[in-house]
Amino acid sequence: MPDRPQSGAPRPEQMTLTGSKVRRSLVLVGRGLRDEPVVYFWAILASGLFGALTVFVARTVGWATDSIVLPALSGDTDAQGRWWVAGLVLLGVAITLALSVAGRRMVAGLGVANLQARHRTRVTRQYLRLPISWHRQHPAGQLLSNANSDVEAATGVFNPLPFALGVVVMLVVAFVSLVTVDPWITLAAFTIIPVVIAVNAVFQRKMSPAITRAQQLRAEVSDVAHESFEAALVVKSLGTADREEERFADKADELRRANVRVGVVRAYFDPFIDALPSLGSLLVVVVGVLRLDAGAVEPGEVVGAAYLLTLLAVPVRAFGWVLGELPRALVGYERVARVVDAGGTLREGTRTLSPSAGPAQVELRGVTVEVPTPRGPLTLLHEVDLDLAPGRTVALVGSTGSGKTTLAATVCRLLDPVRGQVLLDGVDVRELSPQARTGTVTLVSQSTFVFEDTVRENVTLADPDDPDSPSDEEVWAALEAAHVADVVRRLDGGLDAPLGERGANLSGGQRQRIAIARALVRRPRVLVLDDATSAVDPRVERAILGSLGADGGSRPTVLLVAYRMSSILLADEVVHLEGGRVVDRGTHAELLARDPGYAELATAYERETERRARLAAQDLDDDAEVAL
Amino acid sequence: MSASIRDDGGLGVFATLRRGVALSPQLVKGIWVTLGLALVAALGKVVVPLVVQQAIDSATGAGGPDVRHVVVLAAIGTGVLLVAGLCSALVNVRLFRSSEAGLAELRVRAFRHVHDLAVLTQNTERRGALVSRVTSDVDTISLFVQWGGIMLLVSVLQIVVSTAVMLSLSWQLTIVVWACFLPVALLSRPAQRSVARRYTAVREKVGAMLGAISEAVVGAETIRAYGVAPRTQRRIDAAIDATRRAMVRAQVMVAVAFSSGVLVANGVLAAVVAVGVVLGSWGEITAGQLVAMIFLAQMFAGPVQMATEILNELQNAVAGWRRVIDVIDTPVEVVDRGAEGVRSERGPARVELRGVSFAYPGGPPVLRDVNLELPAGRRVAVVGATGSGKTTMAKLVCRLMDPTEGQVLLDGVDLREIDGESLRRRVVLVPQEGFLFEGTIADNVAYGLRYEVGAEPAPAERRAAAAAAVDELGLTDWVEGMPRGLDSSVGQRGESLSAGERQLVAIARAHLAGGDLLVLDEATSAVDPATEVRIAQALERLTAGRSTLTIAHRLSTAEAADLVVVVDEGEVVQVGPHSELVASEGIYAQLYGAWVAQTR
Repeated sequence: MPDRPQSGAPRPEQMTLTGSKVRRSLVLVGRGLRDEPVVYFWAILASGLFGALTVFVARTVGWATDSIVLPALSGDTDAQGRWWVAGLVLLGVAITLALSVAGRRMVAGLGVANLQARHRTRVTRQYLRLPISWHRQHPAGQLLSNANSDVEAATGVFNPLPFALGVVVMLVVAFVSLVTVDPWITLAAFTIIPVVIAVNAVFQRKMSPAITRAQQLRAEVSDVAHESFEAALVVKSLGTADREEERFADKADELRRANVRVGVVRAYFDPFIDALPSLGSLLVVVVGVLRLDAGAVEPGEVVGAAYLLTLLAVPVRAFGWVLGELPRALVGYERVARVVDAGGTLREGTRTLSPSAGPAQVELRGVTVEVPTPRGPLTLLHEVDLDLAPGRTVALVGSTGSGKTTLAATVCRLLDPVRGQVLLDGVDVRELSPQARTGTVTLVSQSTFVFEDTVRENVTLADPDDPDSPSDEEVWAALEAAHVADVVRRLDGGLDAPLGERGANLSGGQRQRIAIARALVRRPRVLVLDDATSAVDPRVERAILGSLGADGGSRPTVLLVAYRMSSILLADEVVHLEGGRVVDRGTHAELLARDPGYAELATAYERETERRARLAAQDLDDDAEVAL
Repeated sequence: MSASIRDDGGLGVFATLRRGVALSPQLVKGIWVTLGLALVAALGKVVVPLVVQQAIDSATGAGGPDVRHVVVLAAIGTGVLLVAGLCSALVNVRLFRSSEAGLAELRVRAFRHVHDLAVLTQNTERRGALVSRVTSDVDTISLFVQWGGIMLLVSVLQIVVSTAVMLSLSWQLTIVVWACFLPVALLSRPAQRSVARRYTAVREKVGAMLGAISEAVVGAETIRAYGVAPRTQRRIDAAIDATRRAMVRAQVMVAVAFSSGVLVANGVLAAVVAVGVVLGSWGEITAGQLVAMIFLAQMFAGPVQMATEILNELQNAVAGWRRVIDVIDTPVEVVDRGAEGVRSERGPARVELRGVSFAYPGGPPVLRDVNLELPAGRRVAVVGATGSGKTTMAKLVCRLMDPTEGQVLLDGVDLREIDGESLRRRVVLVPQEGFLFEGTIADNVAYGLRYEVGAEPAPAERRAAAAAAVDELGLTDWVEGMPRGLDSSVGQRGESLSAGERQLVAIARAHLAGGDLLVLDEATSAVDPATEVRIAQALERLTAGRSTLTIAHRLSTAEAADLVVVVDEGEVVQVGPHSELVASEGIYAQLYGAWVAQTR
């Protein structure tokens, strides 16, 4: 597998292409060849062999005509007896040619597969390396298509490339071979070839925008259908199916016209491109007969030359394919390059913390967080100072957009502040090694992410044969602590039951509790819960938080981003955040008395709590009806 | 009633083609003219071999080559080539126009039919599959027609014409050529099958790879917070490499199949030359005829390979076509009697369920013998655990489906008898997740306006109606707080708005749609407190003066209703006002007790 140096090493050259379109195209092709030198050495060799052999086939036909066919048919018994020689020679050439074609195709396929794997490895490495702020700016669908269809587009040009290179060899050999026969026949043959190449280039030029447009419309038709079917309830209940049909028919008609447009371009070019080699052959025959008449050439040589032109008909189209693929390849390559060249990778430190099992101290000093937006940087946190004593449970409270989640993210170093410091036991998190950081702080975030994996691996996040992987006893203990062990016991396969899309269907609350177990099995010294219990029954939430550290370990420092009253009441202390600033901190009762903004929030939370309680009660009943 | 669509109807290839053509008669419009033109076009292929034959025969004949004769022939040949090319262009254009017109028709027809099927609202998982029937399945046919169908037609005619010419030159050599190509035609089917199998493997590996990559994308936060990037990278690398290997394996197969075609195409030369020399020495054919056969054999290879390849592709296209036809041929379960039905007049709506039972196809009963009367102008709340059947009840009242047994009556008339259009004007559903179309807030609110197709109100009118609706519901301050007011974009599926905001837009849309009976499915997704208050207020104004049936997910809604219906395991177990039910023994009192204990 292609591999690149891990983070920390100096960045290799930028992937983004610069300069004119021609220059960018050449660099794109050049980089591909350089990335896979061995593969392309063989690819070019096989293609060249194929090119030369194709000309040789025509030469052999000419030779057979002159030395066997014509003498034999004019009564030469010696030639008649050698009928099998012509057959064997031609068969031998056919076999070699077929082998070179097989070789060319295999190696070309290998080249494309390797290049795609190489791009994909680069892109996905970046996904894992880039900070969360970058991920938040890029929709998941786009990132997936960067790794998939954009990579395919970027490498598409390498499919016909070896063939096209083989055709170059073919043309050179053909030229030399014809010149040795007769200059005039060469001239006749080679007047048609540039025309074929030019017509092909024009054809591809015209074709690719037409095809792009048709593809675009195909996607749009699909979007309309998707949207309309998804809106089925609205459509049905408002009785607007006629309107939807009209909307779809309009798009389908646009697609029809675009498809016909593609067809018309093809309709006129295809017959023309097909007829050109035939016209060339006729020209060669006419010139050939004139030269025969002058006694300058043998009949077989004319036959060979005319035959050569019929053989060239398809191969010379390869130039058109390459030219047609290039614009698409450039677009795909540039999209891939944007990911690979994206900056902002978080540099990891190397410091470790003194091995202590006790809770850690968390301190924020003048922390300011900004994210770039099209309209300039947006400040999410504004010089926040905050000190969480070891072992305390602190609730973060504030309205939507007040910066709670951002603050929680800085403590786990999902993103770095532009100014200020986040300290764990007095050490800046940026100086910590990844192991030291993740071994100290664990986060359970708003949206629980379940991997397509077994329950066990979803908790341990390690391969089963990993020596550092927690034991099954530890996993069960964590599941017990997260109050989800009973659910897992009921699953078919227990710890080995698969989760994720194709796995067991867990309710929202059960998924959240699996995610909590994932955090607890690591015995964190700081536990950050970002609305991680929204779908969990408040009584269960209380039990989970209450039993932290009960299994012999010490109770971690807990930072709780709270959205409901019951969670707030579990905290020793409340921090009220508004507009990225700390407004006040104290106990719930204190804030309720002296902070009017907090009092208002608390009432709103009461209502929300009531609503969620009802939902949580429903959560106990998991036999979902077919959803409306 | 059946909610399932056949996946592989029994239709064979020819039955599918026949049914397909019957559904889209445009496809075969003017086909005979097109075929005639295609035959002329195929003649272009035999010009060169015939001219070469004449040239060689005249060159080897007595007195050397007859230059004039050859030049005249070449000139005629050029003319034939040009005419054939022109015909070929015409064939292409005609085929494209007729096939695309037929397919567009088919697409729209299937689309409309899907909307008329109940499966769309019953089985959300099937939506993706249904979309593919009107998009990628039709695209498969369209692409086949564009790239394959025409080539197939041209190739077959070329084979016919060149065979005819070859027979006129030498029947013995024609047999030799056919004997060489027959194995290609026979072997290409299994060869393509194994190529297809390997490509299926590639698609599977790509699917698995995308799954692995999506973990790095969607789970980025978790992966970073837990420092498990190296493990994720290992998994991704393995998936990428598996894809690479599958691609190479597929390519090897393609290379083998393709190069055997090359072998035969060139091997036939050897056979023709060897047999031809023998035949020539017996005086059976002339040198020119032999050379012409060499050219014809070479030109024969292309069409044969092309035609066999396309014939196999045809299977895919026919399978796609069959899937589209299956959709169109699926009977509609909820049949609208249209103008023949009873027109339901506007006014206070009274609904009655009489002995209603319902089961999804092949499933256990969801509702059992429900008898219920919903009086006009009252607020009715249905409560019950998930799976109790309360949502099904709402769907029956909206006639999204019909009961398996019993009747649902609106003002005493069975819903099945009522003209669909008038029913939709009277009964309006406000779904749990207010689905929004891509566009502005105004567009989405105005979607509720009633009008005939083609009589769409002017944009200014629609915007004004939307503004009025928003105002009547007391949402003007919220809309003004949006970046571009009513003209703010809601994004795809309304994703630029929060769940609560989508709900607000859906309520405004329902308000414009009017209706005498509102069926409300309460939202369960989390909503921030301020929006919650707005939703409650807007719902209050929306429902004022109308009959409502609410699928209640919170007991406070039931508390505020005029009548509470308690559903348990498909049966109505309690009916009455909140105050009465709370006081009596039963499920409702238990539910209420649990709720109070949790929230206080």
